[in-house]
Parts: sequence; structure tokens; C-alpha cells
Amino acid sequence: MRSGPIAARSAAVVAVLVTVGLTATGCVSAKHHSGGGDPQRNANAKHATLTISTNAIVGGKNAQEATWISETLIPAFEKAEKAKGRDVTVKYQQNGIDDAKYGEKLELSLKAGGGPDIYIIGGDSISRYAKAGYVEPLEKVVGSKVDSWSGWQQVDKSVQQNVSMDGKYYGVPNGVDGRVLFYNKKLFARAGLPANWQPTSWADILAAGRKLKTLSGVTPIQLDAGTPMGEATTMQGFLPLLAGAGQQIYDPKTGKYQGDTKAIRDVLSFYRSLYVTGKLGDPKLQQDPNGRDESFSEFSKGKLGIIGESDYLWRSIVCPDKSICNATAMADRNSTVGYALIPAEKPGAGVDGQDFVSMSGGGGYTINPNTKYPQQAWDLLTFMRSPTQIKAQLGDTVQITANKQVNSEILKKDPALSFIAEKVLPITRFRPSEEHYSSVGALLEEASGQAAAGKPIDQIAKEYQQGVVKLVGADHVASD
Amino acid sequence: MAGLGTGRAVLFVVPALALIAAFLVFPALWTLYLGVLKYDLAGSNAAAPQFVGLGNYTDALTDPRFANSVLLTLAFVGLSAVLGQNGLGFLLAATLRRAVGWVRMLVNGLVLLSWILPGTVVVFLWQALLDRNGGTLNALLDTPGAAWTLDHPLATIVVFNIWRGTAFSMLLYSAALDAVPTSHLETARLYGSGPLRTFRDVVLPRIRGHILTNTLLITLWTFNDFTPYMLTGGGPEHRSETLPVYVYRMSIEGGQLGFGSAISLIMLVINLVIALFYLRLLRRRGG
Amino acid sequence: MSEPQRVDPGNRAVRRILGDAVVRHALSRIGLYVFAGVMLVFFALPLLWLVLTPFSRTPAYQITAPSFTLHNFRVLLDNPFALRSIGNSLILAGGTAVLAVVFAGTAAYALSRVRLPGRDALLYAILLLSSIVTGTAAMVPIFLMLFQLNMIDNRLALVLVLTGGLLPSAMFILKDFMDSVPKSYEESARVFGASPLQILRHVVAPVVRPGLATIAVWAIVQVWGNFLLPYILLHDQNKQPAAVIMYTFYDEGGTPNFALISTFSLLYSVPVVVAYLIVNRRYGFRFQGGIKG
Repeated sequence: MRSGPIAARSAAVVAVLVTVGLTATGCVSAKHHSGGGDPQRNANAKHATLTISTNAIVGGKNAQEATWISETLIPAFEKAEKAKGRDVTVKYQQNGIDDAKYGEKLELSLKAGGGPDIYIIGGDSISRYAKAGYVEPLEKVVGSKVDSWSGWQQVDKSVQQNVSMDGKYYGVPNGVDGRVLFYNKKLFARAGLPANWQPTSWADILAAGRKLKTLSGVTPIQLDAGTPMGEATTMQGFLPLLAGAGQQIYDPKTGKYQGDTKAIRDVLSFYRSLYVTGKLGDPKLQQDPNGRDESFSEFSKGKLGIIGESDYLWRSIVCPDKSICNATAMADRNSTVGYALIPAEKPGAGVDGQDFVSMSGGGGYTINPNTKYPQQAWDLLTFMRSPTQIKAQLGDTVQITANKQVNSEILKKDPALSFIAEKVLPITRFRPSEEHYSSVGALLEEASGQAAAGKPIDQIAKEYQQGVVKLVGADHVASD
Repeated sequence: MAGLGTGRAVLFVVPALALIAAFLVFPALWTLYLGVLKYDLAGSNAAAPQFVGLGNYTDALTDPRFANSVLLTLAFVGLSAVLGQNGLGFLLAATLRRAVGWVRMLVNGLVLLSWILPGTVVVFLWQALLDRNGGTLNALLDTPGAAWTLDHPLATIVVFNIWRGTAFSMLLYSAALDAVPTSHLETARLYGSGPLRTFRDVVLPRIRGHILTNTLLITLWTFNDFTPYMLTGGGPEHRSETLPVYVYRMSIEGGQLGFGSAISLIMLVINLVIALFYLRLLRRRGG
Repeated sequence: MSEPQRVDPGNRAVRRILGDAVVRHALSRIGLYVFAGVMLVFFALPLLWLVLTPFSRTPAYQITAPSFTLHNFRVLLDNPFALRSIGNSLILAGGTAVLAVVFAGTAAYALSRVRLPGRDALLYAILLLSSIVTGTAAMVPIFLMLFQLNMIDNRLALVLVLTGGLLPSAMFILKDFMDSVPKSYEESARVFGASPLQILRHVVAPVVRPGLATIAVWAIVQVWGNFLLPYILLHDQNKQPAAVIMYTFYDEGGTPNFALISTFSLLYSVPVVVAYLIVNRRYGFRFQGGIKG
């Protein structure tokens, strides 16, 4: 190394490289969104190409969806269009990767002004994407025919709202789920608990947990907490509890998020009595990056008494079919696994005075406003959500769809899903469609994790409040 | 000039520099620019990023999580790279040359294997090793249910990184020790010099340059290594949240790409300080 | 320990010293093999899973006593993307290794032979910069740039981006190799009228071949494990490399599919190990030098 002021020289060299870099690459900037061009553009094009992207892949994550799209939907749609004298080619981008990574890639593409023509958007993401210009009301992209689509009559009101904002549709819904408390009837019998258990307060849950604790080798309760569980913590744990304490995380009327409020503190205290003072759950599981998978594994082996989960646990984790549920399949699911509504903190203390509460997720397929072929994309969208294609997507499996007619045909086959469709969906809530929700959700995950690890509740609530204020400003935070 | 005119030399350097300029310098500068914005991939900050000046930097410097991250990163680099990989790499290079052929080849081979296996595979291997319920380590030590990654997060990533990266130091020191003339070592031994003195008087002066190259490279690589995230997720309670993990969690989970970019610049400055420190150390001792 | 044996054994003092030396020698041998044994266990232990689980009837994190089956490989062959992705990795890694060796080689040679202004500063500056162009924030400019140039889903573009990221370290390491080549070789070649490119190809390259081979393997290893760049810059799943495809091996319910993961891990590891073995056999895999003080 020659002597000399390296830092100064480095700066000079960097300056030279910058010039080369900028010359080589030209001036790069994101394309600006034209924002809702003519909905009829290219409507009569001789040939059109559409791209669908979902976070699924044949032979891997969400394989059922990927197989349906590539093997059934696309050939059927191309054939149907040909019959109408239109030549449309559909390409499918498979991913099947971690959800956060998929979102990153999708958002980068949309930001650049590209991206797939049709993609799935979660109900809670509509606001974030709309603010960024990645989605627009379907009637703006496609035209007035959107509102007159006959398929809407088959969609439940609350499910319609989940894909809407300010009274306008942003997508066509793809399904819905609901959260309940699943429990192991065999363990319940051994602990002297009833086979058709239905708690009516949080105290009832803790009482059942204390009885289960007398069995050796059994973890009584799992309610997701902490950051490693990600969105599962908010959907399976925090938000249903918050609804049980009488609040929703965001109130669209006042435009305020819950800050350091009694409801938030009650939820944190419940986590504390569950994991710290009552020792009725495994706090380590909430810190483990593989904790959620571990909890599924324990439940399927009969080592876990009660778990708060969506119907996804019933369908895709502990189903009797080994080819779908693999290592966590439960051959005796129908007789062993029970399900109960999530109670409010006390009867009548839930949101809007409810006795029982739940949370639902779901979203819909939407059209990229930058698509070259809005009319063809709408054709594909409605074709995808026709009863025939919805049933083709499900194959032999049963799931709550966004179509009443299909539901009435298939849900009969499955008592648990009928229960959720009939008893849970009428009392459920959806996540707010507000652009800061996902960041607030991350703060809830952090707070619940701290409560499960034993940090004092008042301190957690205070720090949580500071975090929310920093995100949305003090005017948009409720505290009491 | 050894027969290569400056003109031709420039020609030889241009392809490399062009690629570096386009795919390294340019993105780096853009990253620095993002650091003065409130910028995200979605939401209103995606459509119209707000200029916040040094806001991201002051936010970072006042965030206790950032301070925690800096300390953790320094501990991680110091323990796993500067001490761990450096020390173990040298020890392996210096001692194995005296072992019989097959032992040397076997140990060398395993050390190298842990270095060249793909990161995704390695993470699964370590999860299988440390898993709470079925982990190999718990089975061997008869400690069922011991949660190594949760109870000792820093120690876990330190040991992991030593396992993962020692090969580079070992290779470099093997090459360096090959260059130390055997006659000098023999002479030292004849004069009754112990191993430590031999090392200080005969070996060290000849491999000082190698030590510097090695320490500099492994420090920078370890400093910017993201693999710990895949093992511990930065937790529990941020106890293994090194700077790259902190940047990731703020950028993606916290949705603040501008903030993440600002931290990247701070990381660059820390790297620069470390590099200058090493170079000074070398010049003073070597002079 | 041949020196003491030449001393006359009749001398008692010498015999004592000799005895000490033998004991010390024995102790140091024992110490050496204990150390080698500990290292063996430490480095081999995590690899057990990789060797045993692909053949297990119940693949999981838990290593089970060998219950030999090839069923898991059957599952792997049924996956439509697994084998193709390894081919894709070979293309990306091979392309990047060639470009990195050629460009870093020529640049390191020139930097070693000619005192360009600010040469050392340049090397350090780019080495440091290369450390911040990682992660999501750096993806924004790279993605937008390639999108504007209509080079998304283009493997050549991806290879160029990957090469750009590896060049600083490659140049840094190769320059040490170049510095070690005696200039007299080139001077005599020049006397015979060889051009600089010919000198580089026929005189310098053969001497530094171990260095070039080492960089090639190093580049392959780096690309082999890279997830983020290919994932973001390629859209067609049929072009994605193994590092990306490995992250899709989950069940319908989202839990890891160990039959796929374990067998694929083994298959995915073989090419880099083979590349290393070939290079090691032919050239000796090693790193050169160090910065001159």
C-alpha cells in the first residue's frame, strides 16, 4: 500500500466511477403512471397476452392453486376465447416463496410500471397499493360493466366489503376464512373437560388450560404471540382478543388507531396470564422462528390442548389425507378435533357488544391499471370466479369460497367449515384497509411477544403507543 | 511500466470498471439518495417519496435498537471472525501440516465443505443440529428440549460463523506458511526458541501481510453477513439482531426502505473506519 | 525430530534432554491428534443430516437411524422444477465465473503492472462499496435500471449484475497473484515481439492459473448460493436457479417438505463440491499473498 490520503483519493475515484456509471446506464427513473387510460384500449386486438402472478408453484407451496391455474384455468379460458373469435394467450408466473419476499418482488414490478396483468391482493393491502397507484377501482380500469357483473349477487356483503374501498370494488374476492379455538377432545376427556366445550369468557379459557396442565407432556394452550409468527400473531392472537375486549385496531369513523388503551392493556395482560403467571403456554415457542410449525406438529401429535387458528388448520394441517397434510395429518381428525367460538373477555364485552368474536382474512384477484388489455383481463377475472372454475380450483377439497351457490353445494361435506360459515362469519371482522395497518401490526407482534416474555404491561403499552404515534401522528391514536 | 502502456492498461481495466460502475457504484449512489427520503415500496411514500434530509440518520442514531445492533455486530465480528475464524484458521493451517496425510485431508475437506455448501442448505443443516425437539445436539448431549438458538442467540451465530467461514483463513494461512523458509524454522529451533517466540520472530514478520488481507476481508464479509437472520431471525428480543438483520427488518417488516438505506451508509462508514484502522496498524508495525 | 539423534547417546545430560524431547514430541503428537479429532467432530456434525436424511423413511429435522429408502428421490424427480433449476444454476454460475475471471484477471494484471493514479484507493473504494449493495434497498435501483433497459427476465443481464458484484473482491485477491509473477518472464516475451494480450494469455495466465481457478470456484460458490438477485430479476420460473427453487419446497399447508428439501440439498451441493475437487486436483486451490506493508 502506497502512502497517501486514501480517503481523499477514494472520493476522487468514486467520482470518476459515478460518471462512468451514469453514462453507461443512462438516466433511469421510474415510469410515471398514466393512471387509468381508456378502458376500451386494445379491446379488439387480434392477439392479446395476459399474465397472472400468484404466490404458488406446482409441486410446492400452494400447489393446488398453481396446478389449477396452469392445467385447468388457462387452457379452458383460451379455448373459450377462441370460441368467441378472440386469440388470447395467458402466461402464469409461479412463485411459491415466503410471502414477504413475494410482496417485495410484486411491488418492485408494479413500481417500475410493469407487473402482471392479474394478481392477488389481500383485503388489508388495498389502501397501501391504491395510495401507491398500483390498484384502481375496477370500474375505472374496465368500465361500468364491473358493477353489473352478475357474480356479485353470489358474494356475501362483508366479503364484498373486504375487496372494496370507499364503496368501490378493487378486486373480485377469492375466498374467506374464520378463526376459532380448536381443541383436542381426547386430552379434554382425560382432563375432565366436556367434549363439546364452549368457553364464554377469557377466564373460561384459562380455567380449561389449568385443567389441561395436570396432564404430563401436554402444553395446554397456544395463542400466537411475538414477531417470529409474523402476521399469524395478529390474526390468530392479538386481533381476535382485541375484538373480544371490545375494540378494533383501527376505527375508520374517527380515523384513529388503538394506542395505550384499556383494550390493548387487557389483551397484553391476557397474554401475560397465559404465558407468564399461569404458565399455560410455551413462551419459547413464541420466540422460535419455526414456532408456528412446531405448534402444528404438537397439536397433530396430541401434545397441545387448545390452539387459536383459522380453518386452514383443519383443512391443510391436520386433515386425514396424508398426501395433503403430510407429517401433520390426523387420521382421526373428525372425532378428535373439536372447535369452539372465541369468547369475548366477558359475555357482551366484545366489539359491538358481541358475546363471541372472530377475525377473517382473504382478498381477491385484481387487474393491474397498466394492463394493455383491460377488457380481456376482466373476461379472465370473471371466468376465474365462475362457479365451474371455483369448483375446479378446490378439486376434492372443501373450503369456504366467496360464492354462496358454491358454498351451499360443498360445505355440507364438512361440519367444521359449515360451522365457520354459519356461526363465525356473521360475527367476524376484517383487518382495516388503511395504509399503515401492516406497520402497526408489526408493533402489535412486538408488544405481544414482550408480554409473553414477561415484560411489565404498562411499559409495553407505553412503548407501543410511542411507536404508533411515530407512524401515524398523535392525532390518529386513541388512548385512555 | 513493464511493457504495458498506460493506454493499454486502461483498456484492460475498463470492462471490469464498467460493470462495477453500472451494477455497483450506481446502485450504491442511488441507495445513498434513498437515505434522505421517506421511501417505501407501497403506500403514499411509494408514489411521492418525501425528502427528510438527515431525518433518517437522526432517527437511527437515537434508536436504542440501532445502538444494540451496532454492539452486537461488533461482538459478532470480533468473536467469530477476528478471533474465531482467524485463530482457528491459523491453528488448522499450522498444525495439520504435521499430521499424517489422510487425517490432514479429511479435516481439510470437512472445513472446506462447510464453506462451499450453499447457504440455504447450511441453514437447514444447522436447524437440524440445534432443533429443540429432534435436534442432533440435544440427542448427543441428552438435553431434550434445550433451545440453543433462543437461550444463547449470540453464541449460536458466533459458533455458526466460525464453522461456516474458517476455511478461507485456513487456506490463506496455509499458503502463507508455505512461504516461510523451513531453514529459518530449523535455525530457530536449534537455538532453543519456543513455539511462541519462533512464531513472533520468524513466522509473524513473513505473514503480516496475509494476516492483514485475511482479517480485512473476513471482517467485511462477516460484518455484512445476513445468514444469522436465517438461523435466529434476529431474536429473541433482538438479541441476535446484527446490522444487516436490523436493516432488513426495518426495510421490509417496518416498511422503511429510506431508513434502511441510511443505515447502509452508516455501515459503509463503519467498514471504512475498520479498514483504515487495519491499514494503519500494518504500516506502523511494518515500518 | 532428526537433529537430537545425531548427538552421542553416551552423554547423560544429552540423554536427559533427548528423553525430554521424546516426551515433548509424544505430547505434541497427542495434542495434535486430539485437536484434529475435535475439529473433525465440530465440522462433521452438522453435515450428518445432509448425508443421512435423504435416505430416511421419515425425513424431518430429527436424524433417524438409517432406514434406507430411495423414495425421497422419487418425490424429487416428480417435482417439475427441481432438476431444471440445477441446470439453471450451472448456467448462471458458469457464465459469471468466466466473466469474473476474464475481467478481474485483465484488470488485476493491468493494476499490478501499471501505476494508475489512485490505484490502491480504487481497489479499497470498490471493495467497500460492494459491501453496501446488498439487500432490498439496492434491489430498487438495479431492478428499475434493468426494467428500463427491458432486461428483466434476461439471464445475460443477471450474469452481468452478478459479475459486477463479485469483481471487487476478485480483483483484490487476483492482484496479489499478479504481483507475484516475475516481470522478467514478460520482458523476455516482449523481446520476441509478443503483444500485451499475448503475454497475458501465454505467459502470465499459465503462471497465475491456480489463482484464476481459485477465483472461478469462489465465483461459482457465490452465485450458487445467491437467492435475492435471481429471484427479483427473473420472472419465468423455468429460469430460476436452485437457490430460489429450494425455497418453494413446502407443503400445501406451508410446512417444510423434508423429502424434497433433504434430497435436493444433497443434489444441489454436489456440483460445487465437484468443481472444487477438480480445481484442487489440477491447480491446487489456494489464496495468495497479502498486502505489502
